Amino acid sequence: MARLLLLGPAREAAGVREDEVAGDSLEKVLAVARARYGEAFAAILATSQVWVNGEPAGPESPVAPYDEVAVLPPVSGG
Amino acid sequence: MALPSSPTWVAVTPEPLALDPLVTWATRPDCGAVVTFAGTVRDHSADHDEVVALEYETSEPHALARLEEVAEEARRRWPAVAAVALHHRVGRVELGEATVLVVVASPHRAEAFEAGRFCIDALKRTVPLWKREHFPGGSAWSSATEPIVGVEST
Repeated sequence: MARLLLLGPAREAAGVREDEVAGDSLEKVLAVARARYGEAFAAILATSQVWVNGEPAGPESPVAPYDEVAVLPPVSGG
Repeated sequence: MALPSSPTWVAVTPEPLALDPLVTWATRPDCGAVVTFAGTVRDHSADHDEVVALEYETSEPHALARLEEVAEEARRRWPAVAAVALHHRVGRVELGEATVLVVVASPHRAEAFEAGRFCIDALKRTVPLWKREHFPGGSAWSSATEPIVGVEST
């Protein structure tokens, strides 16, 4: 199981900050997350960057057990 | 917070930010310039005529890693830079309080100004932070957002 980290608006839309999700690729992990958290989350995910273990990743990126998959909506720091 | 001996000092903290300790830390005998920038809570925004507070959310380990990268990149682009401090508040920040502090020291002022400007601009685009605006009667995520990018592309 990958460790999902949902931040800012993604956290709010999903109703949870951390979760565990099965899947051996980023595409599969995110498909599970979309199904689990619904449309509001999916809409935010579509505008977000996704990191695996702190590095930007794409749909084909492999995901191993205990990897951290972080969803980062557009940022607004400063 | 313990003062680091390395010439980079990054922090994300729920405590009020104080500029003086950062300036004291950054000031050194081989430097004739210390440039400081403070971002503060403003009483209005693009979406709300009245803003009473901001509230920042982050992932501390990821934010600290990115702040370190911003400082490193500033040093790479302006090798004369001797000290860089980047501190960001998290949690609720009241009107008039500082949300972010940037302090850069260098032998001469030009590179301190340039590197300081780079640091705040890069921070806003590369560090995982999200801002809620609190206004009378509610709160909402700021609409002033940018897709997060890598420090090397800033």
